[in-house]
Amino acid sequence: MSLDDLRDLYQEVILQHGRHPSHAGKPATYAATAKGDNPMCGDRVQVFLSYDPAGRIVDPRFDARGCAISIASADLMAEAVAGLAPDEARRVFVRFRDMARTGECADPDETMELLRPLAGVHQYPSRVKCATLPWHALMAALEGEGQATSE
Amino acid sequence: MNDFSPATLDIARIRSDFPILSQTVHGKPLVFLDSAASAQKPRAVIDAMVNAMETQYANIHRGLHWMSERTTEAYEATRDDAARLLNAADRAEIVFTRNSTEAINLVAHSYGRGVLKPGQAVLISAMEHHSNIVPWHMLRDDRGIELRIAPITDAGELDIDAFERKLEDGKVGLVSITHMSNVLGTYTPAERIVQIAHAHGAKVLFDGSQAIVHRRIDVQALGCDFYAFTGHKLYGPTGIGVLWARRELLEAMPPFLGGGDMISSVTDERSTWAAAPHKFEAGTPAILEGIGLGAAIRWVEAIGYDAIAAHEQALTEHAMSRLSTIEGLTIIGRAQDRGGVVSFTMAGAHAHDIATLLDRSGIAVRAGHHCAEPLMRRLGIDSTARASFAAYTLPSEIDALADTLTRVREFFG
Ligand SMILES: Cc1ncc(COP(=O)(O)O)c(C=O)c1O
Repeated sequence: MSLDDLRDLYQEVILQHGRHPSHAGKPATYAATAKGDNPMCGDRVQVFLSYDPAGRIVDPRFDARGCAISIASADLMAEAVAGLAPDEARRVFVRFRDMARTGECADPDETMELLRPLAGVHQYPSRVKCATLPWHALMAALEGEGQATSE
Repeated sequence: MNDFSPATLDIARIRSDFPILSQTVHGKPLVFLDSAASAQKPRAVIDAMVNAMETQYANIHRGLHWMSERTTEAYEATRDDAARLLNAADRAEIVFTRNSTEAINLVAHSYGRGVLKPGQAVLISAMEHHSNIVPWHMLRDDRGIELRIAPITDAGELDIDAFERKLEDGKVGLVSITHMSNVLGTYTPAERIVQIAHAHGAKVLFDGSQAIVHRRIDVQALGCDFYAFTGHKLYGPTGIGVLWARRELLEAMPPFLGGGDMISSVTDERSTWAAAPHKFEAGTPAILEGIGLGAAIRWVEAIGYDAIAAHEQALTEHAMSRLSTIEGLTIIGRAQDRGGVVSFTMAGAHAHDIATLLDRSGIAVRAGHHCAEPLMRRLGIDSTARASFAAYTLPSEIDALADTLTRVREFFG
């Protein structure tokens, strides 16, 4: 018996980002923030956003307590949305959510390739929300709401 | 598996009573170590419920016909079973509820609002399930009844001296406390709690959701005033639970819900209540589930608490010794008197990730805060993984857990 069939979920990228996230930590200043809580399991994430003069997201950061999937997802999300305008980030969210639920990505591009290691969660229905929690917090921060409403 | 001595319990026979245990998960034999969340059901329970539906089903307490009378008898027989199980003085002290949560809410509502007075206090502990916290928050906010919390030690035991100090000013009218923690496995010292509480004029409710699965409960010997448990953890169906309370308390308490079955008479202007326990049982109850619970209680009695307790004690010791050799694994809760629930954390691996990896090996555990967020905060952790044992648990299943956890450790290491 081996745990190797879990490599679809726990790809090396995820283990790496889960262990050593590069966008974690509350910044000294930020323009918007929102929290996401998963009351069922106690996972928590807070997203911090800053914008450049053109309104694009700069150096998004997060502070999270949770599993490898949620931390890796928050970290990859920060990478994916850095430099995007809010509307672009919203579109990435919708595509990511679909990929997390179905495992498929209809319109792959560089951003979605970056996020693809998380597509494996679709096989674990109870873990999909681990991957989407940071994104819900991001959406709430973009809307200027302090708290994400979870699915 | 050298240090495991088999208890006086025919485990093969017990396992053959549970149809589900022959299932596979992800192609592997099911190793079900999540019985503290809800236990699997023996054939006797399944058959009792199916049989009732197939041969004698009707609404109870109302029909003047054969079917209704038979169903009423079967349902009411469970009241006798529950009274015997708890050694209650009187079957009328058994109130059926949906679960433990409803039983505790019933007390918070009827005793809390009907008997306790503003300015009095309710005392719980720092290791309660949310179902024994939230009803008291609601009572406090609604009625100005203070909520006090008795601390626990780092080993996860009730700090009995601090507990007594919380009672010293005589304001505590009710102690509502777990009899066994669903996270730490700790048994609370029930007799001492009752002695101390009664000496200070407080009544005592035990949340027996976990304890009654593993240990014989004698409410008269304990001397407590209320005892709550939930059927689905005791090998019975969901949707049925029990509140036991001393008769004079039930008589002094106003009803909880109003409706059919709980009245003595109703006019346009007013209603009068039926006697306890029916006063607290408004509406058509969980008839089939009540019948199923009776079968579960008789199943447990047939095996006997002595055999169950010895078996689970051996399993727990085996688990503690196997798990404590796994590098990076920390067992949460080191109480002297403990039952078959073992929570743990692992350095570098979140409880959810542990649970998912175990699941792929066919091993079901629970991961999260276990509906005990204040306890998690007290322990300075967010979540634990929890393995819990039942009469049907095998020592080899604990070995499978320990072996797989060693690999989980390597996976995340
Ligand atoms: C200690 C304890 N109390 C109360 C409960 C609540 O049980 P139920 O959800 O059946 O009401 C549980 C189980 O979840 C428990 O473990």
